[in-house]
Amino acid sequence: MSETMFEKIWQKHRVLERDDGQTLLYVDTHLLHDGGATAFDVIRKRGLKPRAPQRIFATPDHYVSTSSRKLEEIEDPRHRDMVQKLDANTREFGIKQFGLGNPGQGIVHVMGPEQGLSQPGILLVCGDSHTSTHGAVGALAFGIGSTEVAHVLATQTLWQRKPKTMRIAVDGALGAQVTGKDVILAIIAKIGAAGGTGHVLEYTGSGIRGLSMEGRLTLCNMSIEGGGRAGMVAPDDTTFQYIAGRPYAPKGAEWDAALDRWRALPSAPDAVFDAEVTLDGTAIQPMVTWGNSPEDALPIDGRIPDPAGAVDTERREQMQRMLAYMGLTPGTPLNEIAIDRVFIGSCTNSRIEDMRAAAHVAKGRKVSAGVRAWVVAGSEGVKRQAEAEGLHEIFRAAGFEWREPGCSMCLGTNGDIAQPGERVASTSNRNFMGRQGPGARTHLVSPAMAAAAAITGKFTDVRRLLAGEA
Amino acid sequence: MEAFRTLDSVAVPLPRPNIDTDQIIPARYLSRPREIDHAAFLFHDARRLPDGEQNPEFALNREAWRPARIVVAGKNFACGSSREAAVWALFDAGFRCAIAPSFGDIFRNNGMKNGLLPVVLPAATVESILAQLEANPGARIQVDLPAQTVTAPDGSVHAFEVDPFAKHCLLEGLDDFGLTQTYEEEIAAFERRFGRENSR
Repeated sequence: MSETMFEKIWQKHRVLERDDGQTLLYVDTHLLHDGGATAFDVIRKRGLKPRAPQRIFATPDHYVSTSSRKLEEIEDPRHRDMVQKLDANTREFGIKQFGLGNPGQGIVHVMGPEQGLSQPGILLVCGDSHTSTHGAVGALAFGIGSTEVAHVLATQTLWQRKPKTMRIAVDGALGAQVTGKDVILAIIAKIGAAGGTGHVLEYTGSGIRGLSMEGRLTLCNMSIEGGGRAGMVAPDDTTFQYIAGRPYAPKGAEWDAALDRWRALPSAPDAVFDAEVTLDGTAIQPMVTWGNSPEDALPIDGRIPDPAGAVDTERREQMQRMLAYMGLTPGTPLNEIAIDRVFIGSCTNSRIEDMRAAAHVAKGRKVSAGVRAWVVAGSEGVKRQAEAEGLHEIFRAAGFEWREPGCSMCLGTNGDIAQPGERVASTSNRNFMGRQGPGARTHLVSPAMAAAAAITGKFTDVRRLLAGEA
Repeated sequence: MEAFRTLDSVAVPLPRPNIDTDQIIPARYLSRPREIDHAAFLFHDARRLPDGEQNPEFALNREAWRPARIVVAGKNFACGSSREAAVWALFDAGFRCAIAPSFGDIFRNNGMKNGLLPVVLPAATVESILAQLEANPGARIQVDLPAQTVTAPDGSVHAFEVDPFAKHCLLEGLDDFGLTQTYEEEIAAFERRFGRENSR
């Protein structure tokens, strides 16, 4: 009875375990996006077809335009082809697709929870590393490569070796304007970008319990940036309230039965994890990254670190390379660094609460001259909800561009990129070199912090801006 | 899948931690089908100067390391996205083995399913091998999968762990589709049991 939540879900999906430890797992739900054409090529070549199409759900996100919903208006023929292939493949095999213009379309990791497809206790996979997002509802969810996607399509199963477990406890109430994004950046800064390698991370503690469902989705989304195979939060009333009534959520008697199962999921109090990490939630501040790994994150009142103080030569040289790429000087206060662009969006931070948080900061203010600021809702559903609340008008009045849903500038697969040397305050998940375009300089922040940077033209403590002090 | 047994090759050092998949292959090259040769996309931006010219200092551009089929890198090699094209770019450029103190989990899986062997060695060992490679550009490394050993340029032999299942698949050049089909009965039985409570 001392199992972790991860172990319970793992056991439930175990079809068989070989003597060598390889385990064949059954996949409840398989999500697809428009980057997955190769996997269909693989199964077609073998004369195979999807085993359980009713367990597969698709939506285009990586290659869609954020200025139009019309397929023919996707300029690059390669990008158009990717969106078309998803449409053709899902039609051929009877897979449900939330296509362009469908009210369910969106970034695949926004679509899943929004539709109620992401549920406690399930095993969910997708050919995208940020699949860890769905663990926020108490699911085991992780990203796989395209050969594995093909295998899941054909067999609905996946060979895995059991990962280790790590419990990350964040205790203490979070301060004002400290969000799921700031919590996960603080965690990665502490454990490092490889800190969770080979582990499934479970986030616990009062600081996590107090997060909304959307904050938990942001938190689990970036588990992969800490090296984690997956991230998860035990389901509770916050989870159940979020899921209830969504299109694919259980209904009636099925809902009651599901609730009974879901309430039994959390890790036992005496469950043993392979590793334990603790953070003081009350000490977490709004965070900004300065380097080219999400581990390079500091509180907004920090300064660019000096490579001279690095722990070893490797780190010193790495810091020097990153500072050169980022065009930063050691000792510079973060809140004096001017920005060129703002991107509010991505599977990390494009849900309705993210829109509200950014709009709250933008309301009655103006984007700083010379700054180009984008808001890209995570899904049609988010976009329509935001518009019903008038948020788009707040953004537009402040000088933000209000764009169509998709992955957009998070990785620029659709052509939405920053120019070389441009500095971007971005609510996405990776500040890697060239991630937002060759030479682009990415700083990761929360939606409220991104909006604050848009207004002042430099990184700014949003708490001070809202208090009229900045 | 191409089988992997032993490899005796020049090894190129990339002595940096956290080399991510966006560096290995920038996202703008991800819309190419597998049939396209991905070698030209490998470290496309990282190996160039800001003006677009090849950076003669980047290890992969140096003559001595051009024949390399083994890459030795710092910790957390190929962290980041699930893009299998990161493996394809390395594979198409001739690489069959990557050695590092740790890897991005998804890349590690992708590598083993595409005939590119990821080898984890202790950080101090990797550091020593990197120093040997940098001191002797063009130095060779031997990788022996059946014996699970790496022989460094200085002749030192280092054992490594490998998943027995992945090892079997790599040695035989098998992928797991065929193997999974042999468990059809178990999968069908599981589905009947599981489906009652977890239908879609």
